[in-house]
This record gives sequence, C-alpha cells and structure tokens, in this order.
Amino acid sequence: MSAVLKMSFKVLAVGISLFLAGCSGEQLSDEEKQLIGQFRLSELQPLPADPTNKYADQSGPAAFGATLFFEQRLSRDGNVACSTCHISDRQFQDDRPFGKGVGETKRRTMPLAGVAYSPWFFWDGRRDSLWAQALGPLEDQNEHAGTRTAYAQLIAREFKDRYENIFGPLPDLSAVPASAGPFGAEAERAAWMAMSDDQRAAVDLVFANMGKAIAAFERTLVHKPTRFDRFADALAAGRQPEKDAALSEDEILGLRLFVGKARCSTCHTGPRFTDDHFHNTGVPQADGKPLDLGRETAVAQVLADPFNCAGRFRDGDESACGELRFMVKEGPELKRAFKTPSLRGAASRPPYMHAGQFKSLVEVVEHYAAAPQSPDGHSELVRLKLSEREKTALVAFLKTLAQ
Amino acid sequence: MKKRIAAAGAAIVVVLVIAAFAAMRMMAPPDDLDLARSKTSENGLYVVTLAPEAEPVQRSKLHVWIATVQRPDGSPVEDAAIAIDGGMPQHGHGLPTAPQAGGYLGDGRYRIEGLRFNMSGWWELKLTIGSAAGKDAVVFNVVL
Ligand code: HEC
Ligand code: HEC
Repeated sequence: MSAVLKMSFKVLAVGISLFLAGCSGEQLSDEEKQLIGQFRLSELQPLPADPTNKYADQSGPAAFGATLFFEQRLSRDGNVACSTCHISDRQFQDDRPFGKGVGETKRRTMPLAGVAYSPWFFWDGRRDSLWAQALGPLEDQNEHAGTRTAYAQLIAREFKDRYENIFGPLPDLSAVPASAGPFGAEAERAAWMAMSDDQRAAVDLVFANMGKAIAAFERTLVHKPTRFDRFADALAAGRQPEKDAALSEDEILGLRLFVGKARCSTCHTGPRFTDDHFHNTGVPQADGKPLDLGRETAVAQVLADPFNCAGRFRDGDESACGELRFMVKEGPELKRAFKTPSLRGAASRPPYMHAGQFKSLVEVVEHYAAAPQSPDGHSELVRLKLSEREKTALVAFLKTLAQ
Repeated sequence: MKKRIAAAGAAIVVVLVIAAFAAMRMMAPPDDLDLARSKTSENGLYVVTLAPEAEPVQRSKLHVWIATVQRPDGSPVEDAAIAIDGGMPQHGHGLPTAPQAGGYLGDGRYRIEGLRFNMSGWWELKLTIGSAAGKDAVVFNVVL
C-alpha cells in the first residue's frame, strides 16, 4: 500500500471517530449542557398571573372549579363532564384520536398539565384565556351540548351557596327559560333571542364565572419531574447522574439530536417543550373529517368571542389583552398551523397530533424525518437525514420525558 | 491514480467532518452578526436606535421596545410612521405576533408594542420608516 493511501486511511479513521464522537452520547459539550439545562422543569417560571380572572389564584374558586370539572350534570344528557374526556389519571386526556361526549369531537383531547402557561387555547388557539376556553365545550354539540341558561339554572338549584360565597348574589332566574343559548337547537336559539338584554347579560355573567372557577382549578395542574429532569439537574450541578437519572447512550444521543441536528427544539422549547405557537408541520388530514385549516379559521373566532379579553366579562383593565391586540391575523403561515404540544408525558399517551393521526412515537419520528408536504398550506419542516439508530434514539429520549 | 483516489478520499472525509460539526452548530447564530443597536437606514435617510424598554428580554412574554429615529444630522424625526416586521432567518419563519408602533414619546422616540419572541436564537427586526424625509428601512439583529 502506498504511503499516501495509508495516510488517507488514517485521516479517514480519525474523521470517522471524530464524527462518531460528535454523535454518540459520551461527551456533551458545554454548549450542549447549557442548552439542555434550559429544558429542566426546575427552570419553569412561576405561573404568570391572569389579571382577566380575579379568582384565578384563589383556593375557594379553584375548589368550586374542581367540582364543576367533574360534574356530569353539566351536560345535555347528564353523562358528560370535563373529566369524561380529560381523565385525571390519564394526564387529563383520553387516549383516543377523537373525544367522545354527547357526540364525537373533530380533534384529539388535549392533556392539561401546565396548560395555564399558554396564551392561546385549543389546537388552533381560538380562545385567549383559560376561563373563556372552558365555556366552549359546555355548549359544543359534540361535547357537553347544553345551554347557558340550563347551566345557570343548575348552579342556582344545586350550588347556590358555593357560587354566592365566591361571586356574590345570583341574578333572579325565575323568568329565564330552562334551556336557551346561542348554540343550542333551533328552539333554544330562538328562546335566547327572545330574552331581554338584561336577562342575557345576567346569564352570561354566571356562565363567565363558571369558566373563571374552572380555570382557577386548571391552573393547579402541573407537570411532574421526570428522568430527563433528574439527569439534566445533575448535569447542571456538575454531579454524575445516578440511578434512574443516568440516561443510556441511546437516550443521550436522542437528546443531542433533539436539541441539535433534528431541530426539534426549534418548536418544542423551554421546560414545557413548547413555544406556545402555531406551526404547519405537514401532518396528514384526519380520515373522514372535513379539511381542518387550524389557526387560519381560529383568528376570526377568537375576535368574535364575546368572552375574549376585549369583552365586558374580563376583570382588570385592557393592558392584559396584548396577545389578542397584537395577534397575527393573516398570512400563509396560519394555514393548517396547530399549537405545538408539550412533549412531557407524551410517550405514555398515544395517539399523536391534533387528530391522533399517528399511533406511535416511531410513526411521529418517521414523519419528521420524511417531512412530507402539507395537505394544505406550507409545512415548516425540512427533511432530516436520520439513521435507524438515530430514530430509535429520538424515541428513547422522548420516553425519558414520561418516566 | 492511487494518489488521486487517496486525495479524493481524504477530501471527502474532511468535508464529512466539517459537515458534521456544522450540523451540530447549525442552531448557533453566525459569529460575525452585527448586533449594533444604532444603525443608519439602507438609503441613509435615518439613524435609528432600537432598544428594549426593560432588560433582559424574556422569551415568550410580550415586551415593549423604543425606537429612536433621527436624521443623519442628529435632529429628531417627529412624524415617523413605523411598520415592524421580522422573523428568524435560520428557521424561515416570521414573528409570532404583529407588533405595532404605539405612542410618540417625544425626541424622535416611538414605542414599539407587542413584540414576543417564542424561541431563543437569532431574530431579525425590520423597521420600515416613512416621514416627510422619505421612506427607508433598517434591519436589526437580536440574539436571545
Ligand atoms: C367530549 C370530550 C371533551 C370534553 C367533554 C371536554 N373537552 Fe376539553 N378538549 C377536548 C378536545 C377534543 C380538545 C381540543 C379541541 C380543539 O382544538 O378543537 C380540548 C381542549 C381543551 C383545552 C385546551 C388545552 C390547550 O392546551 O389549549 C382545555 C383547557 C380544555 N379542553 C378544558 C376542558 C374543560 C374545562 C372542559 C369542561 C368544561 C372540557 N375541556 C370538556 C375534549 C373535551
Ligand atoms: C416547526 C415546529 C416543530 C418542529 C421543528 C418539531 N415539532 Fe413536534 N410538533 C409541532 C406541532 C405544531 C405539533 C402538533 C402538530 C399537529 O397536531 O398538527 C407537534 C407534535 C409533536 C408530537 C406529538 C405530541 C402530541 O401530543 O400529539 C411529538 C411527539 C413531536 N411533535 C415530537 C417532535 C420531535 C421528536 C421533533 C424533532 C424531530 C419535532 N417534534 C419537531 C411542532 C414542531
């Protein structure tokens, strides 16, 4: 063998070992350690106040909200509570592609830990506060399917004292129809229109307060530290991760890819692994459902919502309404954009995406590697060159966020 | 012939190694990024200073910035109409909010409201400024 050839083999060997060192989990660079530190749950900021809901951080309203969250009589058929789909020992979701209430929802039930940090609610962000969000399912025909006068009557009948202790006297509901509301059946909508402005305003106030109590409860739902956090906390403290905090080589490789060349942390960022923003990631359209345009449709809906931050049910002043005021209202990036979900706990709650399009994390990672075109609008993803080992490693890392 | 193959092999390896390092560093902003907070606009009509009202700038929170607009001779521009746009050049996406120029504070200073950065990294903020002096634009880099 000529000297030159030998030489080039040497270069090749050094090159390959350098390349592998760059990819396997042995040595994390200081830059990587610093990056990884930002994802620790211990780095999570305290939950910001919600000045639009003056009951947000009070324990009485939160306890009342918990009662309402689990109350099945808050539904048309008496069988559906928030907890029917947001199951408390299943990370407040239901393991199905579509929620089952009075009917079937168009999208997947979202888990609720840490939800109060988000500025926008639902997959498409069509509500701008947690309390306004809670009112949606109560009147959605596929979920609780009831009407707001029926709910106000139920509160007056069953929860008068608890309500009045928090919110003050209930209005006189004796002349208010048993079931009327803007999203009910035709007769219920007509009955709603036939009510006086004062009657409607009085019922709306009770309804908004129900949302504020439920939101106060939801603000107490938090993420728990995981193996990843124990690993990253040790790393940050300069300690050797021990016992279950010691991640395997594959898990570390996955973590490295996540914050590095697989670009996952572009969107799944910070201690909750989400940027709270909307992205088109080319997820396929759900079978048998109408084309879902995501954020594009939601903009008009949140602007039209009488319970939004600009409306009269908000507590505090308008200075809390920045997100609504400075919302991006148009542009191609809104089409089929959905809210980035947190990845904490994701490994133990398939299926994935806004309509449960993928059954496993393996399918999710294959999707990111292939980066297919979006069924509508433009996907933000770029194709990833991932080896089989790297794909396995990404999945292994995601599991450390659920253990 | 052997020599050539060897040289080509070595070159490929070098390229591979560089690519691997580049991939690992991909998320880092360019080293030579101009982070100046005072700049002359593209056609020289204005000297613009852009600074956050409060530091440090926190990710995921709405914040206010102050844009100070002057003519090159240092005189304040009192009648500027300012439009703000921007995004992340390395990720090919725009701003997550639609910021607006709010109240005029005097001395050529304007409040820019409703900015939020949803990610750490390199952001570009483009200010398009119109006034009696004409229309011009200036791009600032912000690293978070
Ligand atoms: C029938 C099942 C079902 C019921 C009942 C239900 N939800 Fe949901 N929930 C869903 C689905 C599905 C979504 C996503 C819907 C969408 O994006 O269009 C969701 C989304 C949410 C979100 C948004 C989370 C986020 O990250 O943006 C919150 C909060 C929430 N629900 C709370 C509630 C509350 C409070 C109730 C009771 C008043 C309730 N849900 C009742 C299925 C249900
Ligand atoms: C451009 C932003 C973006 C990037 C980059 C990104 N994601 Fe996502 N991710 C999202 C959005 C948005 C969704 C929800 C999409 C939907 O439902 O249509 C999502 C959903 C997921 C889910 C499903 C979670 C659930 O509860 O349904 C997983 C798991 C996931 N991403 C992992 C990853 C991994 C691993 C990477 C890197 C290979 C990655 N993501 C890169 C934005 C992104």
